[in-house]
Amino acid sequence: MAKTQFKTLFEKIWDSHVVYEQEGYPAIFYIDAHLIHEVTSPQAFDGLRKRHLPVFRTQRTWATMDHNVPTKDQDKPIAEELSRKQVEALSENCEEFDVRLYGLGHPNQGIVHIIGPQLGITKPGMTIVCGDSHTSTHGAFGTVAFGIGTSEVEQVLATQCILQYKPKTMNIKIEGELKKGVVSKDIILYIISKISASGGTGYFVEYSGSAIRSLSMEARMTICNMSIEMGARGGLIAPDEVTFEYMKERDFAPKGDNWNKALEYWKTLKSDADAAFDKELTIDAEDIEPMITYGTNPGMGIKITGTIPMESEFTNESHLMAFKKSINYMGLTQGQKMLGQEIDYVFIGSCTNSRIEDLRLVASIVKGKKKADNVVVLVVPGSAGVEKMAKQEGLDKIFTDAGFDFRGAGCSACLGMNEDKIPAGKYCISTSNRNFEGRQGPGARTMLASPLTAAACAIAGKIVDIREII
Amino acid sequence: MIDETKKISIIKSNAVPLPLENIDTDQIIPARFLKSISSEGYGKDLFRDWRYDKEGNPKKDFVLNDSTYSGQILVVGNNFGSGSSREHAAWALQGYGFKAVVSSFFADIFKSNCLNNFLLPIQVSPSFLNKLFDLIEKDPKLEIIVNLPNQTISVGGDSLIEKIEINPYKKLCLLNGYDDISYILSMQDKIEEFERQREDDFSITY
Repeated sequence: MAKTQFKTLFEKIWDSHVVYEQEGYPAIFYIDAHLIHEVTSPQAFDGLRKRHLPVFRTQRTWATMDHNVPTKDQDKPIAEELSRKQVEALSENCEEFDVRLYGLGHPNQGIVHIIGPQLGITKPGMTIVCGDSHTSTHGAFGTVAFGIGTSEVEQVLATQCILQYKPKTMNIKIEGELKKGVVSKDIILYIISKISASGGTGYFVEYSGSAIRSLSMEARMTICNMSIEMGARGGLIAPDEVTFEYMKERDFAPKGDNWNKALEYWKTLKSDADAAFDKELTIDAEDIEPMITYGTNPGMGIKITGTIPMESEFTNESHLMAFKKSINYMGLTQGQKMLGQEIDYVFIGSCTNSRIEDLRLVASIVKGKKKADNVVVLVVPGSAGVEKMAKQEGLDKIFTDAGFDFRGAGCSACLGMNEDKIPAGKYCISTSNRNFEGRQGPGARTMLASPLTAAACAIAGKIVDIREII
Repeated sequence: MIDETKKISIIKSNAVPLPLENIDTDQIIPARFLKSISSEGYGKDLFRDWRYDKEGNPKKDFVLNDSTYSGQILVVGNNFGSGSSREHAAWALQGYGFKAVVSSFFADIFKSNCLNNFLLPIQVSPSFLNKLFDLIEKDPKLEIIVNLPNQTISVGGDSLIEKIEINPYKKLCLLNGYDDISYILSMQDKIEEFERQREDDFSITY
């Protein structure tokens, strides 16, 4: 069986983390790092209490507050009662179970998938889980990282292991050079538009190819982040010099002699040349243009200069019904051009695009300019650390001079769990990851795009092509 | 821990049809309802924004508000449960009273969440699903039989019948009310042995 000789990177990491498996049962799979936040953990801690169990490996557990937290007046008690209770529950649970917590006000606080890499918690070759589907973000470092439900959070807290069935593997290779104005967000939106929101289900994806290699770590994180939006278990990118450079001197990175030893191991983390994937897809980077979504799932995206499909293009009855429902919700029409569409809000934030490089990209477009009168623009840094860097670089002033609202760190308007909601019927260009009905607030109309596109639209007050400006 | 009350064996019930594709977990339970610290009480907010208007009045055209249809089985279109990993989606469906969901395709994390909560996700072929929707439309009181031990789903005395795929481990758990943690804890010594072998693994120590 030739397949077992040569392994993909995913298989290498999988094999080195299986504690035990038996015929007909899922594998007992070891988790190197467990990230926790306030929304998906309360019931898990309750479960531990009921079983009279401690957290098995507190040194492999980190908690932060991100989904529910306000992004203004973070030093004051949370006004919204349920949010406050949830955040308090996390504080109490971490205190009781001796789990490290980076709460509101802590310099390490932020969106869970921003702080993991920022602090060097995320390291190549690891297995990482969190009760949040965008855990796939950490795959950018060559990790097997995926989202889990609350019951599984309880499993990991209790045993540092999780039961898992081995997924199939998919290689998505992007070759060539990216065109001007095209960034990593456009790459992943393009991929999902080709594969569909369910096309990756059952697979763990590896992103490869020269276009991927040309990306910075933060750009790679954007791609891995949205792996879940095509239904994939997770997505990873093999580590390289870019990765190792990023890792150096991070808080939790190995130091001194351990660094050298770790580096030696990390350099082995790549798929064997002759390894076979269950599915392969090759994309020409030159085919990718700035993207925008028009519908209500991340797969409903087109190039910025494109038009919404026509009903006549659908041959499948249920696909057509879904399309009509989606377009109707969005208040758009079949065959419509996206360019020129009026918008009301722009949200720059979320675990997909709220890192320092994203903020720098936005600043480079809006510097010296003002937002259009008809839009409200929110810029929400991914972590207290990113906020600090942005201020040191003077980006905050560029944003406020442009009339943008620069806020504190949190998940914010990505999912509108806190006050940062998009009102019903309003159009929002968002650098986040989901455009589902009501995602950003009941009736909100989300259009996903890159930070470059979002910045350009904020100035123009409508959908524009970034390439007309740069 | 064994939960006797949640065991699943044979479900005989009529069904609620919701023939929409790509229903994501934000529709099943919107984010603003994830704020409870308990795993109970989500049933009332199931499909909240499809079920109720802005003023909180039931929307007449949504199936859960149509008394013609009822039952412990929900039948939905392809790719059910995509998006967020929120287990609250499974809790909401179960809290509402469903014991099983039938679709031609389930998103991964959602499927796991169902199985971990004794809510049976039944994946059938697209043609079975279409026939089922037709039959339910013709007879809203149609009785569907889900037989977990035999792994079948059938209607009309087997006039329409299909095999249910389910992995042996989860089938065992569902039939007996077992949970995953008990299984893993029974392997505690293997976990500690695994950790001992990696003590020198500098790349993952802290």
